[in-house]
Amino acid sequence: MSRPAPRLLSLAAAGGLSGCTGVLAPTGPVGADIATILIDATLIMLAVIVPTLLLAGWTAWRYRASNTRAPYLPYWSYSGRIEAVVWAIPILVIIFLGGVIWIGSYKLDPFRPLDSKTPALEVQAVALDWKWLFIYPQQGVATVNQLVVPAGTPIHFSITSASVFNVFFIPRLGSMIYAMPGMVAQLHLQADHPTELWGVSAQFSGDGFSDMKFNVSSLPRDQFDRWVQQVSGPTLDEAAFKNLRRQSRMGTAAYGSVDPKLFDAIAKQKLGPAPGPELENSGREASAGWSL
Amino acid sequence: MLGKLSWSAIPIHEPIPLITSVVMIVVILGVLGLITFKGWWPYLWREWITSVDHKRIGVMYCLLGIVMLIRGFADAIMMRSHQALAINAAGYLPPEHYNQIFSAHGTIMIFFAAMPLVIGVMNFVTPLQLGVRDVAFPTLNSVSFWLTASGALLVNLSLFIGEFARTGWLPYPPLSEATYSPGVGVDYYLWAVQISGIGTLMTGVNFVTTVLKMRCPGMGYFSMPMFCWTTLAASLLIVAVFPILTATLAMLSLDRFFGWHYFSNDLGGNPMMFWNLIWAWGHPEVYILVLPAFGIFSEIFSTFSGKPLFGYRSMVAATLFICLVSLMVWLHHFFTMGSGPAVNTAFGISTSIIAVGTGVKIFNWIFTMYGGRVRFSVPMLWSLGFIFTFVIGGMTGVLLAVPPADFVLHNSMFLVAHFHNVIVGGVVFALFAGIHYWFPKAFGFRLHEGWGKAAFWCAFIGFWVTFAPLYVLGLEGMTRRLQHVEIEAWRPMLYLSVVGVVILIAGVVCQITQLVVSIVRRDALRDLTGDPWDGRSLEWATPSPAPFFNFATLPDVAGEEAYWGIKLQAIESQQLAPEPRYADIEMPVNSPVGFYTAFFATVVGFSLVWQIWWLAILGLAAAYAGFVVFAWRDIHEVHVPAEEVARVDRARRAAREALLQRLAHQGATP
Repeated sequence: MSRPAPRLLSLAAAGGLSGCTGVLAPTGPVGADIATILIDATLIMLAVIVPTLLLAGWTAWRYRASNTRAPYLPYWSYSGRIEAVVWAIPILVIIFLGGVIWIGSYKLDPFRPLDSKTPALEVQAVALDWKWLFIYPQQGVATVNQLVVPAGTPIHFSITSASVFNVFFIPRLGSMIYAMPGMVAQLHLQADHPTELWGVSAQFSGDGFSDMKFNVSSLPRDQFDRWVQQVSGPTLDEAAFKNLRRQSRMGTAAYGSVDPKLFDAIAKQKLGPAPGPELENSGREASAGWSL
Repeated sequence: MLGKLSWSAIPIHEPIPLITSVVMIVVILGVLGLITFKGWWPYLWREWITSVDHKRIGVMYCLLGIVMLIRGFADAIMMRSHQALAINAAGYLPPEHYNQIFSAHGTIMIFFAAMPLVIGVMNFVTPLQLGVRDVAFPTLNSVSFWLTASGALLVNLSLFIGEFARTGWLPYPPLSEATYSPGVGVDYYLWAVQISGIGTLMTGVNFVTTVLKMRCPGMGYFSMPMFCWTTLAASLLIVAVFPILTATLAMLSLDRFFGWHYFSNDLGGNPMMFWNLIWAWGHPEVYILVLPAFGIFSEIFSTFSGKPLFGYRSMVAATLFICLVSLMVWLHHFFTMGSGPAVNTAFGISTSIIAVGTGVKIFNWIFTMYGGRVRFSVPMLWSLGFIFTFVIGGMTGVLLAVPPADFVLHNSMFLVAHFHNVIVGGVVFALFAGIHYWFPKAFGFRLHEGWGKAAFWCAFIGFWVTFAPLYVLGLEGMTRRLQHVEIEAWRPMLYLSVVGVVILIAGVVCQITQLVVSIVRRDALRDLTGDPWDGRSLEWATPSPAPFFNFATLPDVAGEEAYWGIKLQAIESQQLAPEPRYADIEMPVNSPVGFYTAFFATVVGFSLVWQIWWLAILGLAAAYAGFVVFAWRDIHEVHVPAEEVARVDRARRAAREALLQRLAHQGATP
């Protein structure tokens, strides 16, 4: 099962060419809303910060010791009016931003289903040491480190972990959320157009953390259906899963069929905790699966 | 017999830690050899190691902080350079080593660089500003320092005996549980932080008591210098939250040692509880660091503008407001755990409300300069650099407090840039400013201005060149703690960041040069008056360096700016206040108990890391015995005869007399 660490060369090339790999180049409704909030909140604050910094610079320069034309007010240390303004400005900004926070938190709650007429695709994501398992319960297939979704269709992720905490994150689609053992987090995302993306774990999870990347392919609906037909590979049952969850870095893999109760068993920790690293020698951990 | 310890704990086959260890051992042996050769041990033992003088302890805290700051910076250089070399390549640090380095970097910078420096400045300055002779519990203060040093020693020991944690500066379970981190790294972290944490808690108790109970006659709460207010606020926070840290880490230790289930995945353990608890300590912790930094800036803005602090009462209110609200924001560190919109909204708003307090402070510092005569000396440059840097860092902080924005920026390089923006731009700039400002009070001569200015510009420019690219990388989706990356588009920004690190290295070289040059030219830089900056608070009423008893007679003060009032009166009447009647002074006697306790605390920590149980019990008993002997001692104070006090104070008065005449000659300042 363990192949050389994935290089994700195609992604790297795509990223290098386009230059826009990030959260300000969203390709779905969630990411777009968040990018808007990011830019709005920044502008609201800059409207106050830029004048403040200019005022600071001007004051320091104008009242430099060598400038004898500036008045010297050695006892001036209180002004009720200025104090009122000084408290009012940040309070007003925060009231304004508080509104953005309040509305944004509800609108972009990761657990909230997206407004769409298209029924959502169910994907169960499991963070493993150190790879991502994606189970498609409606299609009965599963993949490792490769997420294929139909464009324009909301995707409902149910996310858990088999070992330590990770964060499921596809930067250009929007919200991230923690993958935690014994818990199932909900996340709703959508890719608007057919495109190639990448996802990562955004929470450090051990020695193989940097390799917890996965390809994301957003395909037109018909191509997605064809892809589902093509997925082939062994059956993902308890035994196969227990093999998979051992600490390793790996490329992509696929399973032609999946035990329908598997995700539930993982999430409810019926399979026991995934194993950790072996001790190499006195107090020093083995470097599990490290290869260049 | 030796628990888990064996020869294989020493990294013979790993060149980087091995070479580092050898170099460190050689340097340490060299320093110890030099001290022995020069016969400095009795002096060091008598005047420093056993000292309970708050100024000496403050200086030792700062020294420890600076040494560890350099160690942490070395880690930072490795991280930045490794990442730049690991774009579609292996870099030079394998993950198990890289992970230790970023964990050590964070742990060292927060616990063993920033905290000792902040506490060091608090130690040195607070009693002087309050017009008293020492802190409330001088010997406890010494114990606090040596316990902090003990923790720092354990962290460095992990470099060549075993390994350090690979779990980040906060060891989140389940990753830090024995299942996923079976090595001793996390244990080193736990015991180093536990031991130094006890020291910090005692410091908190000490300074709350000192500020509340030990002010000189006439100094009410609302006439304390701003720095004393921030000391009080930070100490209150220490007392409130360090017990949480201790309890949380103790629970994690129980999980690791005995297989208990506080934070484990199974059998009812709840890892999320650890995240809540650790941040219930962790977020107030950043205000423990930054509030005294605000205090330092308040002193500097006022002194170097030649004006009282604008809106003093507003500043006090803002400080206490921040102190209180900082306890109610911890959940913003994990908005992305899916707590739901109501919880996220509450914590998002409470977080951004803190910006009201800091915003008020920024405006008040600007208005302190308004109508002043601003001198652009080195401390003032750091302060102005701070305003610019901190305001931007505050803005990105508020941005991260908006939950939907955090949903794409959490754990990203944007976050890394943000917290360095506020901690370097806020705390580190403040400490450098404060060290330059109070250095003459500690050593009797000023630091060289030219090298100080060069250091500032290198640090300021270097900071922005290092961290601005990280903001961009964060927006491009780069997460933190990556041992290697595959995205070619990140290459320019990662390289640019290394350029920034090179500029920062130049800054460090300037700082060291500044110190050397200042020592060489100390006679030219000598501060003869005791008031080199035209200061406004009581520490400038003492000669430089301040005598160990600080004040010959406790000052009796009035008004918000105690020393400024005394100085004005002297200038107006063209004479000093009449010579007081000198009396014998009682000062606390030096005690080796701090050093002794810390020595055995180190033994206990080390043996717990390696599970050498008998040695841990032995060490604990020995440390306890030290306290018993200390408690039963007969002599705890030393008399300073009135003649000696009079001699020191008459020299001070002569210097002041000369200053007064010079001022009269120039035409007095208002």
